Amino acid sequence: MSSQARRSALRAGALRGPRKEEMWSRLVWLGLRAPLGGRQGFTSKADPQGSGRITAAVIEHLERLALVDFGSREAVTRLEKAIAFADRLRAVDTDGVEPMESVLEDRCLYLRSDNVVEGNCADELLQNSHRVVEEYFVAPPGNISLPKLDEQEPFPHS
Amino acid sequence: MAAPMLRWGCRGRRWAFARVDGGSCHRRGAPTGSTSNRIRGESSVAQQPLHTAQKTRKGEHKWAAVVGLEIHAQISSNSKLFSGSQVRFSAPPNSLVSFFDASLPGTLPVLNRRCVEAAVMTGLALNCHINKKSLFDRKHYFYADLPAGYQITQQRLPIAVNGSLIYGVCAGKKQSQVIPKTVRIKQIQLEQDSGKSLHDNLRSQTLIDLNRAEGQLRVDANISVHHPGEPLGVRTEVKNLNSIRFLAKAIDYEIQRQINELENGGEILNETRSFHHKLGCTMSMRDKEGKQDYRFMPEPNLPPLVLYDATSLPAGADPQQVINIDQIRETLPELPSVTREKLVQQYGMLLEHSFTLLNEVGLLEFFQNVIKETRAEPKKVTSWVLNTFLGYLKQQNLAVSESPVTPSALAELLDLLDSRTISSSAAKQVFEELWKREGKTPGQIVSEKQLELMQDQGALEQLCHSVMEAHPQVVMDVKNRNPRAINKLIGLVRKATQSRADPVMIKEILEKKLSL
Repeated sequence: MSSQARRSALRAGALRGPRKEEMWSRLVWLGLRAPLGGRQGFTSKADPQGSGRITAAVIEHLERLALVDFGSREAVTRLEKAIAFADRLRAVDTDGVEPMESVLEDRCLYLRSDNVVEGNCADELLQNSHRVVEEYFVAPPGNISLPKLDEQEPFPHS
Repeated sequence: MAAPMLRWGCRGRRWAFARVDGGSCHRRGAPTGSTSNRIRGESSVAQQPLHTAQKTRKGEHKWAAVVGLEIHAQISSNSKLFSGSQVRFSAPPNSLVSFFDASLPGTLPVLNRRCVEAAVMTGLALNCHINKKSLFDRKHYFYADLPAGYQITQQRLPIAVNGSLIYGVCAGKKQSQVIPKTVRIKQIQLEQDSGKSLHDNLRSQTLIDLNRAEGQLRVDANISVHHPGEPLGVRTEVKNLNSIRFLAKAIDYEIQRQINELENGGEILNETRSFHHKLGCTMSMRDKEGKQDYRFMPEPNLPPLVLYDATSLPAGADPQQVINIDQIRETLPELPSVTREKLVQQYGMLLEHSFTLLNEVGLLEFFQNVIKETRAEPKKVTSWVLNTFLGYLKQQNLAVSESPVTPSALAELLDLLDSRTISSSAAKQVFEELWKREGKTPGQIVSEKQLELMQDQGALEQLCHSVMEAHPQVVMDVKNRNPRAINKLIGLVRKATQSRADPVMIKEILEKKLSL
C-alpha cells in the first residue's frame, strides 16, 4: 500500500498514530508498565489484550488530576476496557506517516475583526452563580485539598 | 476569558519546555494564568552563563547559572483573544465578560485577528522565525478563576520561535559604559488568561472577576546552576516577581541558595518558589500532591493557524481572512537597534549615548528637533541634551513632554554659544532661567542679564593689564612656572569682567602678555 493510500485509509478509518505527549491512554499505558504495588483492590486480573493492570496509584493520580471518582470496581474495569480498545491503534503501522494534528486541519481558522460586540451582561451571568457578593462570583477559598493518600477510604462506594 | 495573551520565550540551552512533561511543581492554589491580552515569553539573559561564583570551600569548581525568563505581556487590542468582549482596565467586575469568557456550555473560541498580527509583529521585531502553521492546545488545571478548567495556549507549536534581542548592560565604574548583549528568545505564543481572584480569608471565600484586563507585565524566572561542561542542573521556577529590581534580587538569591544547597550535599527539587521581597528570599510553594500534570491536548475547536507571505498568499483570498507576514513586516516601525546604529554613524555619538537617547520617552524626538534648528555641532547637542537637559528632567522627575524648555529654545541657546556670543558658563545660567518657564527666549535672557561676552579685545587687554598690575605676586608665581597661578590670574580677570569674558580668550591674552 502506498503511503498516500495508507494515509487516506487512515483518515477514512479515523485511526491515527498516537502522538507521544497527547494520548491520555498512552500515559496510562506507561502507568500499566510500572511495577505493581500498593493496594490492588480495584485492579482487575482480567487482561483483555495483554495490557496489564491499572495500579491503585494510577487511579489516585487520575482522580486528582481530573477530579473524577473511580468509585467502583466497575468503573475501573470500564477504564481498562477503554484502554484496551484504544490500544488497538498500536496495531497500525504508522511508519513514515505524518501525525494529524487536528481533524479540522483542512478548515480555515476564522479570524474575527477586533471589534467589541459582546459583554456587558454581568447580571445575566451572575444569575448562574449559587452565591454572589456584589458583582463577584463566589467560590470556596483556593482549592479544597483532596484527602491524603493514606487517609483516603479505599473503596468509598460499592 | 478569551483575553489575548502573547507568550514569548527564550531559554537557556537544553531546557525542554516545562509544559511537555507536566512542568514544575505548582500549588493548585496559585493561579498560573496571567492577565488578559498578554505576551508570555521566555528569555535567557545571556548566551554566556549569567553568574559565576567561586566554590568557597573546595575551591576547585566554578559554578555557572542558567536563567530563563517567562514573560507575560498584554496585547493592546479592543476585544479579547477569543471573544468579542472589551479589553479595558478598571471596569466593574464581570462587566467585560461574554458567555464564552464565562465558559458557558456551547460557546466556542473565535480568534481575534489583531492579536495574531500583534504576535507576528512581536516575533518579527525579536528576529524570530514565524511559524506559518501554529496550533492551539488546552492546558488543564483546576482553579476557581478558570471556569473552563483549562486555558487555551500554544504549547506544541507556537506562532514564533528562535528569536533574539540585543540589549545594553551598564557597566564600568560610573555605569557609563554600555556593553551590548544578546539574549535568545525561545518562543512566542498566544495565550488566554484566567480571571482575577480576591481572597477573602475572613469569610473563607474567594471572589471571582472574569474581566481579566490588568495591563501588567509579569515575569517568572527559571533558575538552575551547574558546573561548566557538565549537564544543566535541576531548575526551580520563581514566581511573584513584581518589579525588575525584585527580579534581579530573586535571581541572585536563588542562584546562591542553589549553590549553597549543592555544596552542602543537598539536592535541588524541581519546584515552584515564591519571592518574598521583605525577607529577600525565595520560599517553596510546593504542593504536597506532587507535580502538576497539565494534560495538554489539542484544542479541538480551533483549526491550525495558517499564516502567509507574499509568495504563498492564495489568489483571490479575502484579505480579512488571511494574514500576510510580509505585509506586517512592512508596517513595523524602525527598530531601536537600527535607530541606535544610525545615531552613532550620523552624529558620531557613543553607543551608550544612543541607548540613553532611546531609553527616555520623547528624548530622541527632542534631540532631533534641536539638531534641525541649530547650527551647533551634533556632539555639542548630544552633550547638552544628555547631560544638562536630561539632568534637569531627572532632578525634578519630569517627562520630556513636561519640559519647560522647548527644542527651539535650546537650539537658540546653542546658537548663541556656537557664535561665541556667550560663554559656556553663561549658557548654563541661561538654561536655568529658561527652566523657570517665564516665557523668555534665550536672547532676551542674555540681554537682560548682560551675559554677552565682551567682544572688545582692546578693553579686555586693558583689564588684563590692570589685573596684572594689581597682583604682582601672582604674576611672579606664573613666571616661576607655578601651574596653578595662571588659573588664579584668569579667575581674577574674569571677576573683573563680571564673568563676561571668555576664559579661553583671557588665557590667550595673559599668556601673550607674560610671554609664556
